[in-house]
Amino acid sequence: MSRTLPDSGVDAQRLALLKDGVWKPLPLIRDTRWRWALNASVLLYIVLAWLSVDVNWARVAQGMDRGLAFIASFLQPDFVSRSGEIFAGLKESLTMTLAATVIGVLLAIPVGLGAARNISPLPVYFVCRTIIALSRTFQEIIIAILFVAMFGFGPLAGVVTLAFATIGFMAKLLAEDIEDTQREPLEAIRATGASWLQWVNYAVQPQVMPRLIGLSLYRLDINFRESAVIGIVGAGGIGATLNTSINRYDYDTSAAILLLIIVIVMTSEYLSGYVRKWTQ
Amino acid sequence: MLKLTGLSKRYDTGDLALSDITLEVPAGQVMALIGPSGAGKSTLIRCVNRLVEPTAGSVMLDGQDITRVRGAKLRQARRQIGMIFQNHALVERLSVMENVLSGRLAYTGFWRSFLRKFPSSDVKQALNLLERVGLETMFDKRGDALSGGQKQRVGIARALVQNPKLLLVDEPTASLDPKTSRQIMRLICELCREQQLAAVINIHDVVLAQQFVDRVVGLRAGKLVFDGPPSGLNEKTLTDIYGEEDWSAAGTEQEESDEPVASTGELLKPIGQGSHP
Ligand SMILES: Nc1ncnc2c1ncn2[C@@H]1O[C@H](COP(=O)(O)OP(=O)(O)O)[C@@H](O)[C@H]1O
Ligand SMILES: [Mg+2]
Repeated sequence: MSRTLPDSGVDAQRLALLKDGVWKPLPLIRDTRWRWALNASVLLYIVLAWLSVDVNWARVAQGMDRGLAFIASFLQPDFVSRSGEIFAGLKESLTMTLAATVIGVLLAIPVGLGAARNISPLPVYFVCRTIIALSRTFQEIIIAILFVAMFGFGPLAGVVTLAFATIGFMAKLLAEDIEDTQREPLEAIRATGASWLQWVNYAVQPQVMPRLIGLSLYRLDINFRESAVIGIVGAGGIGATLNTSINRYDYDTSAAILLLIIVIVMTSEYLSGYVRKWTQ
Repeated sequence: MLKLTGLSKRYDTGDLALSDITLEVPAGQVMALIGPSGAGKSTLIRCVNRLVEPTAGSVMLDGQDITRVRGAKLRQARRQIGMIFQNHALVERLSVMENVLSGRLAYTGFWRSFLRKFPSSDVKQALNLLERVGLETMFDKRGDALSGGQKQRVGIARALVQNPKLLLVDEPTASLDPKTSRQIMRLICELCREQQLAAVINIHDVVLAQQFVDRVVGLRAGKLVFDGPPSGLNEKTLTDIYGEEDWSAAGTEQEESDEPVASTGELLKPIGQGSHP
């Protein structure tokens, strides 16, 4: 297509245009034919995908009614008739969330240290990365089903599930933060003859602490929301209460529960923003 | 006191950064290590405290071969060697006092250091050093609240609170303005002489080196090409170290400084130990 000068690698055509004051950034794909082929295939895919969607409009109309009933119940949420169950469910969920977050974060710290390439020997790095990969591969619901099968219905399965998911999440992000630390302070503390634990405490921890706190609070949010979801497969908490109310077509109570979850998540969002600012 | 024998370093990338360096630094001697970028100056001092593992050769500190020790023995060797870095290398989220006291870590148990309960003699020594570097009122400030020169001073206090026998200094003035550079260089050299410390100072600025040190060693492409008194540097030896250049202009970058500095001609004349009798 465009000629290239022998040694310099400069595109003569572009250079000539440049001298006339015309400049466009290089396209991502150099060859025009490839570019067009790619564009055409994207278009073809969209058309085929559109044609292949098969909607059963009768079923949609039927479901729409139920959906509307669900939405309508948000206008008159019923906090009262099941208040006992709702309160117990919320308390259980909050307990599960807090316990799982604390356990998960504590276990995630050593895994995160081991998974940071700049400070860990290769074998440790691989072991820790494997733990992270395992924890992150499976969605919380699948892990919950496994642990419910192992520990039976109830909050214990929920705590273990959330803690397990927290390890992967926190360790991965912590490791990335450690990999972004400044190298010189790490060397300086090592050069004083400090032991490994002292070195982690003086050189690594100060550099990653604000982010670690911010992420823990963020994970607390996530765990609370997840606790509502995994309750549906039997792992206890407010999710179990929510599931029962939906099965009974008691949408007014479901709406009340969902509204409470929204309020709690928003409150913790606000609080964690405040704490994050304060730890910087 | 410090004795390097046949020291070589080849990085994993294949770069031969040091080749067969043999060098002895007696107690109390302040030595400048000069050479162009990439000559291997940083590699050399990092091999001494094993931040970089040498490929061959030995590093003897007071008769102990540092290249052979591990674990607790290595940490004990390291605490006898203070290091000052180019970019201060403070832990910026720690306070000035925590940064200085981190120089005492190798003398302190884990829980004491974790709880920041250092012995009062350590605290007193840290404060003395902060006074010495002119920052005694800053002890509660966070590292990132200081200026570049102040951070470098804290770095000096951190190295000296180790009570080292040897000081390794990696381009202490490279990111400072000319006046601060001179002050920092003077401070380091005065402290070394007060405490009879040996020092190896990597430095770009030949004029600055000549004014403050006892001995100059020149490195080029990982090889030792000059070793002598500061007065031994002349057109020819500088060319050996740095390559062909018009050396009569070397001093001009110092002119902004408001202290009297070596003029252009003075660089090539032997400079006596005027400032340090
Ligand atoms: N970590 C490293 N990995 C690979 N090569 C390195 C590393 N550090 C330094 N080098 C190489 O070693 C040589 C000497 O570098 P260095 O000791 O930093 O020189 P100086 O401090 O004199 O500028 C250079 O060629 C540099 O590219
Ligand atoms: Mg260097």
